[in-house]
Amino acid sequence: MHVFELGFVAAVLLAATPILYAALAGALSAQAGVFNIALEGQMLWGAFAAVAGSYYTGSAWGGLLTAVLSTALFSVILAVGAARWKADPIIIAIGTNLLAIGLTGFLLRVLFGVSGSFSPRELQGLPKMTFLTDVPVIGPIFSGQTVLVPFAFVVIAAAGIWLKVSPAGLRLRGVGEHPDAAASLGVEVARYQTWVTIVGGALCGIAGAQLALGNVTVFTENMTAGRGWIAVAAVMLVGGRPLWLPVACLGFGAAEALGFRLQGIGAPQQLTDAAPYAITLLVLIATRIRLPRRRTAAAVTTSAPTPAA
Amino acid sequence: MTSTTTPPATGPEAPAPGRPGARLVRAALRHPAVVPVGAVVLALLIGAVIILAAGLDPVTAYAAVISGALEPGSLDYTFSVWGFIIGMALAAAIPLRMGEFNLGGNGQLVLGGLTAAVIAGNLPLPGPIVIPLAVLGAAVVSGAFGAISAPLATRFGIPIIISTLLLSPIAVAVVSYLVRFPLGEAGAAVAQTPRLPQDARMWALGDLSYSNVGLLIILALLVVFWLVDSRSAVGFELRVVGANRRFGAYGGVRVGRLALGAMAAAGAAAGVVGAVMVMSSPFRLIDGALISPGYTFAGLAAALLAGGRPALIPVTAILFTVLQVGGAAMERSADVPRQLSDVLQGVVIVVLALRTVLDQRRTERSSA
Repeated sequence: MHVFELGFVAAVLLAATPILYAALAGALSAQAGVFNIALEGQMLWGAFAAVAGSYYTGSAWGGLLTAVLSTALFSVILAVGAARWKADPIIIAIGTNLLAIGLTGFLLRVLFGVSGSFSPRELQGLPKMTFLTDVPVIGPIFSGQTVLVPFAFVVIAAAGIWLKVSPAGLRLRGVGEHPDAAASLGVEVARYQTWVTIVGGALCGIAGAQLALGNVTVFTENMTAGRGWIAVAAVMLVGGRPLWLPVACLGFGAAEALGFRLQGIGAPQQLTDAAPYAITLLVLIATRIRLPRRRTAAAVTTSAPTPAA
Repeated sequence: MTSTTTPPATGPEAPAPGRPGARLVRAALRHPAVVPVGAVVLALLIGAVIILAAGLDPVTAYAAVISGALEPGSLDYTFSVWGFIIGMALAAAIPLRMGEFNLGGNGQLVLGGLTAAVIAGNLPLPGPIVIPLAVLGAAVVSGAFGAISAPLATRFGIPIIISTLLLSPIAVAVVSYLVRFPLGEAGAAVAQTPRLPQDARMWALGDLSYSNVGLLIILALLVVFWLVDSRSAVGFELRVVGANRRFGAYGGVRVGRLALGAMAAAGAAAGVVGAVMVMSSPFRLIDGALISPGYTFAGLAAALLAGGRPALIPVTAILFTVLQVGGAAMERSADVPRQLSDVLQGVVIVVLALRTVLDQRRTERSSA
C-alpha cells in the first residue's frame, strides 16, 4: 500500500512537470503584461525539436539543447510582435499554435518520412535518476524521473524569488503593472517584455523535451494535447505568481494521474480525458466566488469584460 | 489589451511629400484590401520557401492545390467544405466583432452534430418536420453551450477565450463517449451512430452528392449576421464594444448581455454546421470525423482575415477552403505533406497580426 501511494506521487509529478515549465513561462509573461497563450504551440514545437535533436545528435542532452534554443527562437515571433510592434498577442499566439501543429506534422513527414508518430529504436530518452533507487521515500518517487522534474521546482523558486527581491524583477513587475509609469522611470518596457517572452520560449522548450524525452520517448503529432492550455489556466488561477504554480500544477497532475488510475479499473478513457479541464474550470470558478470583485491578475484578465456600472 | 496602444493615424491633412506618382502609390498602399491580400501573398511566399527547403517544387505543389480544389469533378465537395468553413467562421466572427475570441468551436460543433444525430435518428417523422427540428435542436443545444462562457466572463472574470478553450475538450470528450457507448451502433468496428433514415437526411441540391440544402442554410445564417451587423442596433453595439469596451459600457451598452447573445449565436452557428455535417453523406456521426478536418481553425483564420466583417467572410473562406481541399490533392500529386495547409493558415494569421509593424513605421516616420 505504501509503495502504491508513492507510485501515485511519482505519477502526479510526471504529469505535472511539463505543465509546470510552460506555466512558469506564462506566469513570467503575465508579470510583464504580455498575455501569452502561445504555450501550447511552443511546447509542441519543443517536443518535436527535442526528438529531432536527440535523433540527430544521438544524445538526449543534445535534444534538450535543441528544444530550448529552437523554441526560444520560435517564441521570437510572439516576443517581437507583441512587445515591439504592439501586435495583438492573442492573434499571434493563435497563428503560432496553428503553425506549430502544421510545421511539426510537415517536418515529421519530410525529415523522417513517417506520419502520426516517430520513435526509432535508437532514439535516446533523458536518463532517469536511477542512483536514487535505494533511498527510502525519495527513491520510489524520483528514481524513475528525469532530473528535469526536481529542476522544475528549483527554477520556479528561483524565478519567484528573483521577481520579489531583484531590481530587474521589480522592474519587470512594474512593466506589467503600469507600462507608462515604468517607461517614465527609464525602464525599457519593450525590451523587458521581449526578453521575458523569449525566456518563456526556452522554458516551453524544456517542457516539450520533458514530455517527449522524459515522460515517454516518442514524438506524436499534437502530443501536447491541451497541456499548454491547462498551463494558461494555471497562470490565471494563481494570478501570475510563480511561487503558487506548483500547487495548481500538481492539482492538474493529480487529476491526470487519477484519470489513468480510473481507466485502469474500467472508467471510460473519454471521460477521464475531460477531467483535467472540468476540474480546472471548476477551480477557477470556485476561486472567483471566494474573491468577489478583487482583480487578482489584471494582466491576465484584461479580455474579461468590465461589468457595466 | 492594456499593453496595446493604437498609434495615432496619420491624417489626410498631412500632405505627403514627393512627386504625385509616389503619393498615389502611397495612397494605394493604404487601401484596406492591401493588408489582407499582402498577408496571403506573403504567406504563400513563405510556404514556397518551406516547400523549396524540403527539396520539393512549390509551383507544382500550388498548382496541385488549385486544380485539386477547383477542377470540375471536385467542385461539389469543395462547395460543401466552403459552407462548413463559412459556418465556423461565423462562430468565430460574431464574438470577434465585440473583441472576444471563441476558441471552443470544436465542442460546439460536435454537440450540434450529436443533437442532430439524436433527433434525426430517433424521431420517426416526415422529412419536412424532422430536418428543421434537428437543425434547430442543434442550434439550441450548441448555442446554450456557447453561451455558458458569457456569465463565466461577467460573473467570475474568466476570459471567454479561456473558458471556451476549457469547455470545448469537455464537450468533445462527452460526445466521443456517447458515440462510443450509449448511442453507438452495436457491432460497428468504429465508434459511430447508426445511419440516419432516408427521411432524416438533408435535402439534396439536384444530383450533387456533397453540397446540399445545408449549404444554403449556412449562407442564410451569413446573410442574417450581415444584416444584424450592418443594419441593427445590436450590430452597432457589438462593433462599438469591439472598438472600445469602456466607451460602450459608458454609452449604455449592457456588455454582459451582449456577450451572452454573441456567444449563443456563435455556438448556434457551429451547432448548425455540426448538424449539416451529420445529415450529409455518410449520414451519421462518426467519432472524431467532425473535428479532424480542422474546419474550426480554418473558420477562425477566415474570420480573422476578414476582420470579422460578414461581407468578406465568404471571400476569405474561399482561400482556406482551397487550401483545405487542395491539400489532399497536393499530397497525392506533388508529394508535399498536406500539413502544409495548416502551416499556411498559421502563417497567414501571424503575418496578419504583425501588420502593426506598418503602423509603427508610419508613426516613426511622421514623428521624425
